[in-house]
Amino acid sequence: MTEIIQFITENLQMIYIVILMIFVGVEIIGHVPAVLHTPLMSGANAIHGVVVIGAILVMLGSDPSNILALSLGFVAVLLGTLNVVGGFVVTDRMLEMFKKKK
Amino acid sequence: MEFILTLIYLVASITYILGLKMLGHPQTARRGNLIAAFGMGIAIVGTIFIYPKEVPMLIYALIGSAILIGTIIGWLVAKKVAMTKMPELVSIFNGMGGASAALIGLIEFHHYHGQTLSIVTILAGLIIGSISFSGSMIAWGKLNGTFNKPIRLPKYNIINNLFFIGLVAFASFIAYQGIDSQLYLYILFAGALAYGVLFVLPIGGADMPVVISLLNSFTGLAAALGGFLYGNMVMLTGGILVGSAGTILTFAMCDAMNRSLTSVIFGAFGASTTTNETTSEINGTIKETTPSDVAILMNYANKVIIVPGYGLAVAQAQHIIHELEELLIKKGVEVKYAIHPVAGRMPGHMNVLLAETNVSYDRLVEMDDVNPEFPNTDVVFVVGANDVVNPAAHNDPNSPIYGMPILDAENAKYIVVNKRSMKPGYAGIENELFFNQKTSMLFGDAKDALGKLVGELKNM
Repeated sequence: MTEIIQFITENLQMIYIVILMIFVGVEIIGHVPAVLHTPLMSGANAIHGVVVIGAILVMLGSDPSNILALSLGFVAVLLGTLNVVGGFVVTDRMLEMFKKKK
Repeated sequence: MEFILTLIYLVASITYILGLKMLGHPQTARRGNLIAAFGMGIAIVGTIFIYPKEVPMLIYALIGSAILIGTIIGWLVAKKVAMTKMPELVSIFNGMGGASAALIGLIEFHHYHGQTLSIVTILAGLIIGSISFSGSMIAWGKLNGTFNKPIRLPKYNIINNLFFIGLVAFASFIAYQGIDSQLYLYILFAGALAYGVLFVLPIGGADMPVVISLLNSFTGLAAALGGFLYGNMVMLTGGILVGSAGTILTFAMCDAMNRSLTSVIFGAFGASTTTNETTSEINGTIKETTPSDVAILMNYANKVIIVPGYGLAVAQAQHIIHELEELLIKKGVEVKYAIHPVAGRMPGHMNVLLAETNVSYDRLVEMDDVNPEFPNTDVVFVVGANDVVNPAAHNDPNSPIYGMPILDAENAKYIVVNKRSMKPGYAGIENELFFNQKTSMLFGDAKDALGKLVGELKNM
């Protein structure tokens, strides 16, 4: 029990963020027309590419002599970047198609 | 300096929220995407250059080249791939994010030895990221048609659930026993990858959009766990946002298809069709027609409604159908496209495809608006669509698609269906519309058949 209380008090800020963000996410998506489901999914897909920041942090903090960690980190940054860049570009391309003709 | 990074992360988090919000409205969607991309850009640059400790040049060089290579490949692939392959691309990029999260877990596991909470976070991120990666790859293969039939082991639901429980139990064992073994870690990694495969394999190809959306929110969760581990706010906000928005989006997609998420995952589809096949066999004859007959029919029609489906995308016939539309309009025929929300492989697939050819936006009519118009329509032209016009959704309580909202094409005076063969559609069920007396079938690849049809019309 004390562990749980300690966990909550130590991470209070993050717990707040998690809970509020869940509600923000739910609110944002409500009542979106079905036509936009695919671009929206694609856009969300690009945003979770934020994981690349974690990969970069791993690399920045790793020991330059640890080849295994460096190579795994390298791949992680590369894949994360693919997720970000590919995700945003695909979404943009989809949405380009939606523009109304003048 | 660190204050600036905090500020950058705050701005980035706001751009994600704004971006997603704007993506939900047709007018602002494109700008929303760019805003979120901008936020991502500054967050990445800030992370690299505002780091509290001294970092060797080698590491900067490695990070720089990884980002450069990733950007070039990601950009080229996203730009070059045909519009019809968009759903596959989303799936691949999602898998890449999942893999990235899993790799972070693999590397960091050893560094946090002894801190139970961090280890739990790492292992959870590793499992979720791996499932998302291998699941997305299977989903990609299914969309690609590499293996689009659901593959089911006997009692696959029980096996899958037991497998998952075993995975969680093993991870808890590692965390609470404080085991610092790379071997155990890799076994867990392999197990999570295998679970991702087992999870997606039994699900039918038609449900892939829902699965990708679900895996998308999984990756969001994995990213958020990384944020929790590092106390990194932008990863936490971005990840949780995608996790929760993705979950709601998954439910919205299920809604559009009138399915429940559990029936998608635990497979009411397909499983029930095999048992129903004998009872719901359709008796009747089909009528085959020729391009010239269809041309005459359309030439003298007042109103034609086109129902596009995945076959149109596969045949790359979007340009020729636009030509047909313009030709008919020139002849004084009223032409509209009836867009079913889940026509194609993803919601909005048809809109994207037709918009590519500059079909005017107001000719694309959504299901609820177009359904009342069918009774006073002369010709409905179904191109490469099947399940979305299957009347069994209204009439046959045994049908797996019973209750799904459909386009009521059967109410029109004539129905012309272009298909390559009599093969059933993605749901794997027969369509009684094809046996309707008002229906005639124009067999052939959509591009060829439409080409001939346009040729005939031009000569009239």
